Amino acid sequence: MTELAKSSQAPLLSLRNINMTFGGIRALKDVSFEVMPGEVHCLAGENGSGKSTLIKIVTGVYRPEPGAAIEYDGQTYSHMSPVTAQAAGIQVIWQDLALFPEMSVAENIAFQTVLGRWPRVISYSRMHEIAVKALARLGVSLDVDRPLKDYQIAQRQIVAIARALIGDAKLIFMDEPTASLTQSETDHLMDIVRTLSASGVAVVFVSHRLAEVLEISDRLTVLRDGALVGVYPAAGMTQSRITELMTGRTFEYDVRSREVSANPVVLEVEKLSRPGLFEDISFTLRGGETLGITGLLGSGRTELALSLFGMLKPRSGTIRLEGKPVRFSSNRAAIAAGIAYLSEDRLSLGLIQPQSIADNLVIASLDRVTSGGFLSDDRKRALVAQWIADLGIRIGRQDDAISTLSGGNQQRVAIAKWLATNPKLLILDAPTVGVDVGARAGIFEIIAKLADSGLAIILISDEVPEVYFHADRVLHMAEGRIVNRFTPRDCTLADIEAAVYA
Amino acid sequence: MMRLVDRVRAFLGPEMAGPGFALLAVIVFFSLVSPQFLSRATFGSVAFQLPELGLLTLAMLLPILTGGLNLAITFTANIAGLTAAWVLKSNGGADAGPLAFLIGCLLAIGAGAASGLVMGLVIAYTRAHPILVSLSMMMFLRGLGEFLTRGGDISGFPVFIQPLGHGSILGLPVPLLIFIFCVLIWHVLLSRTQLGFNTYMIGSNIEATRYSGINTRRVIVLVYTLSGVMCAIAGIIMLARFNSVRVGHGESYLLITVLACFLGGINPFGGFGRVIPVFVALIVLQLLSSGLNLMGANQHLATAVWGILLVAVMILRFAATRFQFFKRKEG
Repeated sequence: MTELAKSSQAPLLSLRNINMTFGGIRALKDVSFEVMPGEVHCLAGENGSGKSTLIKIVTGVYRPEPGAAIEYDGQTYSHMSPVTAQAAGIQVIWQDLALFPEMSVAENIAFQTVLGRWPRVISYSRMHEIAVKALARLGVSLDVDRPLKDYQIAQRQIVAIARALIGDAKLIFMDEPTASLTQSETDHLMDIVRTLSASGVAVVFVSHRLAEVLEISDRLTVLRDGALVGVYPAAGMTQSRITELMTGRTFEYDVRSREVSANPVVLEVEKLSRPGLFEDISFTLRGGETLGITGLLGSGRTELALSLFGMLKPRSGTIRLEGKPVRFSSNRAAIAAGIAYLSEDRLSLGLIQPQSIADNLVIASLDRVTSGGFLSDDRKRALVAQWIADLGIRIGRQDDAISTLSGGNQQRVAIAKWLATNPKLLILDAPTVGVDVGARAGIFEIIAKLADSGLAIILISDEVPEVYFHADRVLHMAEGRIVNRFTPRDCTLADIEAAVYA
Repeated sequence: MMRLVDRVRAFLGPEMAGPGFALLAVIVFFSLVSPQFLSRATFGSVAFQLPELGLLTLAMLLPILTGGLNLAITFTANIAGLTAAWVLKSNGGADAGPLAFLIGCLLAIGAGAASGLVMGLVIAYTRAHPILVSLSMMMFLRGLGEFLTRGGDISGFPVFIQPLGHGSILGLPVPLLIFIFCVLIWHVLLSRTQLGFNTYMIGSNIEATRYSGINTRRVIVLVYTLSGVMCAIAGIIMLARFNSVRVGHGESYLLITVLACFLGGINPFGGFGRVIPVFVALIVLQLLSSGLNLMGANQHLATAVWGILLVAVMILRFAATRFQFFKRKEG
C-alpha cells in the first residue's frame, strides 16, 4: 500500500478519549489510537503499559469509561462487544494461539463456520475445502487432516492466522508474534503479513521486541504507563529508540568484563559428560566472577546447569567445589554445598505461582525460619522484609500471591529465594525471560552487585548482548559442547553473534 | 484491639467465611423451627457422632492438600480396628487387660501407618495417580478384612474400653476430646511445621517445590502415613463406640469426608485450606442432620439436605468471587 493511498483514506479504526480504571489504578489515560485500512502498525509498550487493555477494548472484552469515541469502518460505537467486534472483522491472535492441539488443522481453521445454533451434521469435506482455501490465501500448504500438534509453533501460528481470515477479518491484532520463532520463520511470517496488507487487511503487531517487524511496518504507536507517548513513522526507527520511548530512559551498557584471576577458584568442572545432552565440558569459575554461557535452544546449557545443581547425574567427569570433588545425590545436597539454581521457567519451575510472596521467598531456606522445630512467623516476616528491602522489590503485602507481581519483581523474589540459602555459586538460567526492558536493567544491577560481593555467578542466556555486556567471560555451547570461549573486553559483540548465529 | 482481631482472623483464615456463615444459618434456622434444638440433647448427639466422621475427615484432609486423595480411609480404619480386636481376642477377649489394649492400639496405629506408607511410597515413586493407588489399597484392605472376618462382626471386648466411646470428662464426651486434640495437632502440623509448609507447596506445584530443594517424595510418604495413622485412631474410636468391629463399617463416610473438606474451604486441587474451618464445617453437617432428626425427618432426607447444602455453598462461593470481581472493576 502506498503512502498516497493511505493518506487519502479515512482510518479503519479510530479510538479517542479512551480511559480505563481497574481498582483505582488507571490502566489507560486519554489514549487515542488509529489504524488505516491495510496498514501494518506496531503497538509497543512494556508489560503493564496498557497494550492488552487497549486490545481488549477494541475486541469488546472491556467497556471503556464514558466519553470514549470508537469509530470502525465508518460506524461509531460507544463500546464494542465480543460479538460485534467479531462480526465486524476484528480478530486477535493471542500469543498462546488458543488452538486445539488434538484436532486437525482443518477443524482448527474451519470449526467456527460449522457451528450453529442447533446441532447439525458436520461436513468434513467442506471443512477440508475451507481450510485449504484459507491457507492458500496465505500462500501456504499444509496437510490439513493431520492433528495440529504434529506441527511446529510457527506453522500453528499460520493456522491461527488462517482461522482469523475465515471470519472475513479486516483488522488482525498479533500478540507477541515473533517471540518463539527462528529468523527464517519470522521472515516467512513477514511475507504472509505483506500478503495480508496487500489484500487490504490491517495488521497490528503488539510487542515489546519489534526489531524484526519494523521493516515491514508503516507506523508505530508507543504506550507508557497507560498513556500515549506518540505515533511515529516506522521508517528510520530503531530498537534502541523504541526502548527509550517505551521506558522513558536510555540504556547504554558498558562491557563489564573484568580480570579476576587473583580471586580464589570456586568451581572447577573437568571433562563433564552426559552423552546425548552435553559432552567434555571443562571450565573454572572464580569468586566474584560472572561466567556467561550462551548458545541456541537445545545446546545443552540448561542440562549442564541442572547437573551442577544435582538434578541430572553426569556420566563421567568431575566437579570440584572450592577444591573438593563433589557428587550430588540430589539438588538438596547441592544447595547444602552452596549451589543455587534459578530456573529458566519461572512460571512452572522457578516459583510456585498461586502461593504467597513470603512462602516463595523462604521455601529454599526453611531452616532459617524454624526455631525449636516450629516455623516462626515473626522470623519469616523479618527475613522476607529484609530481602524485599535489599533487592528493592515492590510488593503489596507479603501474603499476596506471587503471581500478582510483575515479571521483574517475581524474578527478584526468585533471586532473593536463592540468596537466602547463602550460596557460593549462583546459576542464573535466562533470568530476563518475561521481564520488561526497564526491569532487566535492575536485574543486571543486582547481578553486578552480587558479583562484586564475591559470589561466583553463571549467567545463561540466549540473548548474546546480555552475556556480552554483563559477563566477565563467555562460553558458547552448541550441540552439548563448548565450541568457543570469548572474553568480552577483548572482542566485539558482533564476534560472538557471528559465532552463535552462524 | 485491632491486633487481637487480626490474630483471630489469621487463626481462622479467609476460608472461615463460608462455614461460619453456614453454622450461623443452621443454628438460627433450627432454633426458630424447633424449640428443643438448643439443648443438651442436641449437643450430646452431635458430640458423640462428630468424632468418627471428623477423624476420617482429618485423614482425608492431608492428601487433598497435596493435590491427592485417600480413598482407603474407611477400610484402613476397619483394618486398624481389626488389629486391635485381634490383640484383645487373643488375650482373653472380654477379660483382656489394659496392657493388651495398649499393645492393640499401638499395633492398630502401626497397621494404619503401614497402609498409608505403602500408598505414599507408590504415589511418590511411581507418580501413579493417588485416586488409583488408594482405590487399589481400598480394595485390598476390604478383601483382606472380609476374608479374615468372614464378613461378620468381632465383638466381646473388655468393659474398661467403653468410656473411650461413651464416657465423658467434665461433661465433654471422650471421643470429642480425642477429636479436638487431633484437630489441634493437625492445625499445628499444617501451620507451624516444615512438613505442613511443604504439603501446601506440593499441592500447588510439586515440580517447583522439588526444584526449591524440598524432598517431595519424603513429604508425600509422610502425608499418607499420617493419614493412615489418623484412620487408625478413628478405627479405635469406632471399636470402642460399637463394642465391635466389622469390615465395611463407616464406608458411607468416605465421600462425606471429601465434601466436608470442600465445605471447609479446602481447595479441591490442593495447596490451600485450613483445619479449623473444616472442623466448623463438620459441626454444621452434624447439626443439620440432628436438627432434621428433631423435626422428625427421615435420616435419608438428611443426607439429601447435605447434598443440597454443598451445592448451595459452591454456588455462593462462585457468586462471591463474581461479586468481588465486579466491585474491583467498578472500584
